[in-house]
Amino acid sequence: MEIKWVSKSILLVMLLTCITFNNITNVLAQDINPTDDEVNAISKQLYCPVCESIPLDACGTQACIQWRDTIRSKLSNGWSEEEIKQYFSDQYGIRVLAEPPADGFNTLLWYLPPSLFLIGALLVTRLLSNTKNKLHVQHETISNIDNANHYVERIEHDLKKWQ
Amino acid sequence: MIVNLGYTALLLALICSLYSIISARVYINNNKIQWVDSSRNAVLAVWFLLTLACLILVYLLTNEHFEIEYVASVSSRAMPWYLKATALWGGQAGSLLFWSWLMSSYTGIMMLRDWSNERDLQPYVITASMLTLAFFVSLNVFVENPFNVLWIDSFGNITSSMMRPDANLMFTPNDGAGLNPLLRHPGMIIHPPMLYLGFVGFVIPYSFAIGALAVGRTDGVWIRATRRWTLIAWLFLSLGLLLGGRWAYDVLGWGGYWGWDPVEIAAFMPWLTGTAFLHSVIIQEKHGMFKRWNMILIILTYALVIFGTFLTRSGVLSSVHAFAQSSIGPLFFIFITVTFTISLLLLFRGWESLASSKTLTSWLSREGMFLLNNLLFMGILVACFWGVIYPLISEIITGQKVTVGPPFYERTTGPQFAALLLLMGIVPLVAWRITTVNRIGHLIWKPTMISLLIPIISIISGIFNFAALLSLWLASLVFCVTIYEFYRGSIARSKSSGNSFFISLWQLISRNRRRYGGYIVHLGIVFMAVGIIGVEMFQTETQGTLAIEERMSLEDYSLVYKDLTEYPENDGRFVTKATLDVYKNNKLIGELEPRRDYYNISQQRMTIPDVYSTLEGDLYVLLIDWKPVGPQQATFKVYLNPLINWIWIGGFLFILGTLVATWPDQRDRHIITNNKSILQPF
Repeated sequence: MEIKWVSKSILLVMLLTCITFNNITNVLAQDINPTDDEVNAISKQLYCPVCESIPLDACGTQACIQWRDTIRSKLSNGWSEEEIKQYFSDQYGIRVLAEPPADGFNTLLWYLPPSLFLIGALLVTRLLSNTKNKLHVQHETISNIDNANHYVERIEHDLKKWQ
Repeated sequence: MIVNLGYTALLLALICSLYSIISARVYINNNKIQWVDSSRNAVLAVWFLLTLACLILVYLLTNEHFEIEYVASVSSRAMPWYLKATALWGGQAGSLLFWSWLMSSYTGIMMLRDWSNERDLQPYVITASMLTLAFFVSLNVFVENPFNVLWIDSFGNITSSMMRPDANLMFTPNDGAGLNPLLRHPGMIIHPPMLYLGFVGFVIPYSFAIGALAVGRTDGVWIRATRRWTLIAWLFLSLGLLLGGRWAYDVLGWGGYWGWDPVEIAAFMPWLTGTAFLHSVIIQEKHGMFKRWNMILIILTYALVIFGTFLTRSGVLSSVHAFAQSSIGPLFFIFITVTFTISLLLLFRGWESLASSKTLTSWLSREGMFLLNNLLFMGILVACFWGVIYPLISEIITGQKVTVGPPFYERTTGPQFAALLLLMGIVPLVAWRITTVNRIGHLIWKPTMISLLIPIISIISGIFNFAALLSLWLASLVFCVTIYEFYRGSIARSKSSGNSFFISLWQLISRNRRRYGGYIVHLGIVFMAVGIIGVEMFQTETQGTLAIEERMSLEDYSLVYKDLTEYPENDGRFVTKATLDVYKNNKLIGELEPRRDYYNISQQRMTIPDVYSTLEGDLYVLLIDWKPVGPQQATFKVYLNPLINWIWIGGFLFILGTLVATWPDQRDRHIITNNKSILQPF
């Protein structure tokens, strides 16, 4: 009989503890009540795999609404922006991220265009230095241009030519 | 049956296209003029036949012939007549037909010009352009037939074909699916034609370039012959991009005008190479330099035009603008590969002959600056192209799907756009062949000092963002230098002629339209840059759920939710419209009515913004569905887009400048007449 009462008491205490802690957790969670703007700030960095090239904050599909609810819920639970992005990335792959991280094969994405641009710039510079060696600079061009009155003459010359 | 007439016209158009190529080839072999005349007549016949095919399809669309598969897929009874007609380019088959018709119009007009100076090029020009046209017409004839009829068998299975299958009856649905709601916008009525006109327009200078390569003419005759064609193509492509931006702003409901979407970039890439080409050909015309480079640029532009059409039409990449998906992707891929390879082979064959007689003398010359300009355009192109194809490459090589979103493009192209602005500020003051730092310094110091006022005023106003200050300074530098160029020229002319300043300004522009039209384009770009800086760097937004009479604020603005109405429209939409009072600094300034349209047949929803628009910026309000919308409460997303309208104002100026530069000039005839003697093959 006593054992029964003891066990019932333990169960009651456990139940009360759960209810109490649950309430405390809820109260704590309610302390972090994310605004739509906070949810949007993360949403616009994500793309759902279903919608075509539309960031999550601008998409009206049911799936995207659920994703935004998930972000809100995670923010409520105190998750950081990076943790939330990582969560979606782990769940659905890095295609959900607006910008792939610059590691592994994706390093190519970020470094190839500037590298090619630099190579292009080097080629052009080299081309110029090669041609400079053959150059016979017409110095009179400079001296003529430096003449303050030449501009008037140049325009007039240009204009008369086509009249 | 009229459908059969339409398809026959298509089939004959394909036959005539092929005939024009064959007869051009015969002319090359036997040099008998009647063959090239016959080829030209075939080109004109293609235009007539494609016009007929287009008119028949428009007739079917506007008269609700839903037994035609294409009509049933893009049209519906509830659509107004003008949308039914413009549904011609609202779906895959129709837009390909429309593309072909526009191209046949270009080639038809091209054939009517005086060919006496370029007779040797004519058969090659016909071959290159008609080969492209034949490819597009063959897509319509064999893969995407817009005249396919719907058939139903005894089991209720519906198929489509030109010929009636055995034991089938013609099937006519009660109504069509209607045009994609995203396309039911005034911008969409003219955006695709503008874009297509830009795309197909570049086929003409490409065909001339191929002709010049084939016959071995390196005298630049192809450049002079196609200068206006190139400018017209560039004008339409620019217009198409601008209208596309406006459409996205009005319809897509995300507060922006440019999302670095693959299809947007696909249209932007030929614009980049086309712009580089427009600058680069000036050097060839003036000094006979960059001949090889100009060939490369026009070949690239052509390849990118086909690549852009391929991206838009094949559905190979995810995009908000990809309204069609079909099996034509591999055919496009083969065509791009074949034409690109042939073009490169021709280029390599004539490589030595294309060497310039003059060399670049210095970076500090207009030629050097134009080369830098081209380098920057190519840098932007590489970033764009790489960003577009990278998801495919990643998936093929690593099996991993990735999204390349706006941050990539903004970071990789931003500095290059800034450098282009700087060049635009310097180049007008740099002389041909060579100049000195002192000389540039002497000319630029006044506009620079004035331009510094803008960042100073910005700092006083509380703007400390370095990137924004730098961009604003660059934009103001270009503005000041360009205005200074107009001023110097007009003053110079006024002093020498004794005319008033404004008459001198008019004469200055009208007698050198190309240069000053270009400067007007630069001014347009300055205004557009100001708008882009405003939106990209200072856009703010907020979102909230409001009950009736509740208020939300964003900077100086506040909005009060007043009412919600829901009603059906007779075009098949069910509209949910909210009414909000708009206050600025607590003063009522107007009312906005953002709405959501639900299309019953296609079950698609559109979020249509309402905008309070001023030169200072736009207050852009969306009724969104984060929570159930109702009279009790509704969720609104509000953007404040500073200076955005300067993009559209800049766009008008941009177009005006291009028109000035394109307008026929006595000078052109003068040059052609003077150059007849030097038009010799190498």
